[in-house]
Amino acid sequence: MATVELRGFGWRHAGRRAWAVRGVDLRIERGERVLLLGPSGAGKSTLLAALAGLLPDDSGEQEGSVEIDGLAPHKARERVAIVFQDPETQLVMARAGDDVAFGLENRGVPSEEIWPRVDGALSRVGFRYGRERSTAALSGGEQQRLALAGALAPRPSLLLLDEPTANLDPAGAALVRAAIGTAPERETTVVLVEHRVAESQPLVNRVVVLEPGGGVRADGPPAAVFAAHGDRLAAEGVWVPGHPIAPRRARSAPGAGLLAADGVGFRHPGAAHPALSDVDLVVRAGEALAVLGPNGAGKSTLALLLGGLLQPGAGRVVASAGLAGELAGAPPHRWRASALTRRIGSVFQDPEHQFVAPTVREELALGPRRIGLSPGVVASTVDRLLERLRLERLAGANPHTLSGGEQRRLSVATALATAPRLLVLDEPTFGQDRRTWIELVDLLATLRDDGHGLVAVTHDSDFVAALADRSLALPAPAGALVPPAVATLEAA
Amino acid sequence: MRFAEPITTADAPLARRNPVAKLAAALVLSMALMVTLDPVAPTVALAVELALLPAFGVRPRALLGRAWPLLVSVLGLVLTLMLFAAERTGATLITLGPLVITTGLLTNAAGLAMRLVAIALPGVIVFATTDPTELADSLIQNVKAPPRFAIGALAAFRLVPLLGEEWTMLSLARRARGVDAGRNPVAQLRLFASTAFGLLVGAIRRGTRLAVAMDARGFDSGLPRTVARPQRFGPADAALIVGGAAVGALAIAVSLAVGAFRPILG
Amino acid sequence: MPRSTTNRWRTVDVVVASVIAVAFGVIFWAWGLLWNGPADAIPLPGRAVLYGVWLVPAVLGALVIRRPGAALYTETLAALVSVALGTVWGWTLVVQGPIEALAAELAFALFAYRNYRLPVAALAAVFAGIAASVYDKVVWYPSPDFSWASFGLPYIAITAASSLVIAGFGSYALTRALAQTGVLDRFPVGRERAAV
Repeated sequence: MATVELRGFGWRHAGRRAWAVRGVDLRIERGERVLLLGPSGAGKSTLLAALAGLLPDDSGEQEGSVEIDGLAPHKARERVAIVFQDPETQLVMARAGDDVAFGLENRGVPSEEIWPRVDGALSRVGFRYGRERSTAALSGGEQQRLALAGALAPRPSLLLLDEPTANLDPAGAALVRAAIGTAPERETTVVLVEHRVAESQPLVNRVVVLEPGGGVRADGPPAAVFAAHGDRLAAEGVWVPGHPIAPRRARSAPGAGLLAADGVGFRHPGAAHPALSDVDLVVRAGEALAVLGPNGAGKSTLALLLGGLLQPGAGRVVASAGLAGELAGAPPHRWRASALTRRIGSVFQDPEHQFVAPTVREELALGPRRIGLSPGVVASTVDRLLERLRLERLAGANPHTLSGGEQRRLSVATALATAPRLLVLDEPTFGQDRRTWIELVDLLATLRDDGHGLVAVTHDSDFVAALADRSLALPAPAGALVPPAVATLEAA
Repeated sequence: MRFAEPITTADAPLARRNPVAKLAAALVLSMALMVTLDPVAPTVALAVELALLPAFGVRPRALLGRAWPLLVSVLGLVLTLMLFAAERTGATLITLGPLVITTGLLTNAAGLAMRLVAIALPGVIVFATTDPTELADSLIQNVKAPPRFAIGALAAFRLVPLLGEEWTMLSLARRARGVDAGRNPVAQLRLFASTAFGLLVGAIRRGTRLAVAMDARGFDSGLPRTVARPQRFGPADAALIVGGAAVGALAIAVSLAVGAFRPILG
Repeated sequence: MPRSTTNRWRTVDVVVASVIAVAFGVIFWAWGLLWNGPADAIPLPGRAVLYGVWLVPAVLGALVIRRPGAALYTETLAALVSVALGTVWGWTLVVQGPIEALAAELAFALFAYRNYRLPVAALAAVFAGIAASVYDKVVWYPSPDFSWASFGLPYIAITAASSLVIAGFGSYALTRALAQTGVLDRFPVGRERAAV
């Protein structure tokens, strides 16, 4: 008997006109490891949610049938486990062991069996700490491993993984992939949705490609599927292996220096070690500088310092006369916000942090209004940005209702609205599919060629290879290695 | 936001008591102290509370770190009495324009202030010595609180430090957008409201995702939940509650004996 | 107008009510850092004028979740969290919070928990404000020292007005604004949004 069987399955969420997924015929046998692919909007997450029994009847309309071991999903919930992409919204308890025990408590596992199973699950995923470890004190990769342990402790027969490494840095993602490879039992069926396909290939023996709007486009062993459909998938935004991205080199030499960090350091109040120490760098006009470093190296803190949003604990951030204008004497963290936004634009890692207005149009108009432009100029600036960033049809929408890629474009657009000469970006390519990634890189390349200075804090090495003119590596956090002077590399 | 964590050495005899027992003991004591307005009863209670600190494993300096907001309210209360008191009996000490400060007023102020501290302190001690997970477990197992609410609350409480960081990021993001408030209180209020709104949006979105994850792990299955961390309620715990009531009774008895008793009603 | 179809709380109801409460615990903490500390310590006019802020969780919880007990649960948890984070008034909020919230519940109960429009929200807010200020008057500003005429009644009146505006109108507007962002799509107020 097959473990998973879908016949003509379709689902439409309540209140939507379009079907999230439609006409899917699929049969997955016990013990198979399947990679589920498809462009954004193909319905992969909806399909996993259906298999996990998480689509309540009153939240939409179903077509066709889906069965797990012959049962409807909401009856088969005990045999199915799912891991989502954001660790923070999956972990329930404050201590690691308690969190794994949570699933067992819910299923009525007898008390004396709970802790042995918790310990077993933790060791199977290679969790490095004990039961008492605080869940807040774990890195993203470790949190996801803990979530996996929590999913495996009840011994599911079907394990679903919905982009488990999307929110993680490369080191964390590797940790989680290793666990996915070794932790599930041999008879457990695994269905994985991942956008970083190359790294996931070793974990699966079958690839299924969903067609947006209906049906299964391809189904078979990885090599065969990628050979036949790789190009089209890459064009649609899937990170198919073997489709490299051409670098965008600067067309002219960099201009004058805009901002310099001189021995900059920062320590969070109450922290044992400084987040950052003794960083020197220079950002020039017409140049893209990438700042790399492992998790915890202080990249985000550096972005805040360069953006004039934090006061350095040690050292200085100095804006050149060309950037600062009449504010040349004062450091950026002392500038008034309206003065700051005209000179340095900051794009945060989570676009939703920066949204303050009820519509996209007003969001774009906010900056220009705050710096005192006349209504006519404001309106034309907004129209120009809407067109350039392809946001016209969303002008009246609430920013929080936009998709991930659209939100990212909007946050870059709002930073550009006040025409700063320097842009500081924190993980700009985070979680992007291939198409929006390329769009963003092209946009940033154009800005760089127009004479803006760009600083991007990132752990995406492809991004660095494609765009960066120079890169800077921050050392591992204090306590891990002895931090030497910071190295500056020239991109090849 | 580390101040949401317990600050005690968990082995201390009274800190180890059942969380619900600690809560009930503190509640009983505080209720008893609310009954009178004189300075004697709270002083007696306060003396006992402070003497028991080592048994709770709380060091005085750590306690001060948690309890300092209380001092703000004490000051406010005293100031309020100075401004609004209806009766000003006793000998007049100072007259500042319309404000007449008398000995009677000062006694009453002392009484109300002591009362505030004595009532609030047990609560500070309970929260400083209790782990939230254990409190939730204890509410479910010993008081039969509905598990879905207790654990739902616990899961949301885990997000508090994240929300604190998020508040900071939201404020910095607004500055980066060119929005700051300077000295203008109206502008400060608008900025605060905008940041609070951003926090709520993020919190609710997280909460919705967390609910889905919890359901995926069987939270709404309707099966009776088993218990991974048993919380026992024994004679020592019952004794703690009785002890709390006893301290309250003692304080009131002393106040009655000395003749200082001022009932809250009448 | 849409309301919840059963009385059993879904997990998302419990968790979102809890995060609203917890978020307000954080908001109260940030509010205290602002300049509210001193203002809050002086009841007239300081605390009374701003009192509505402390009652928003009760009304907001009810407007979002729309089940009996939503106001009680949300406000009680918000009070607990703010006590855990360290508040000026200490932990008798644990007792006062539920009392205020029950007063708000009363307003919704009077309409059989079917009506969540502005007038009912406003009524709930006013009831909660009155309950809160009467509690304060009886417990913290008791009678021989503080008279009803010169202190008590003005305190209650101003608090009720503040609650009406901030916790009543404010919560209602807040619910609408939150619905516009799409985060409330799993709740009755979110389903009133236009189909996408």
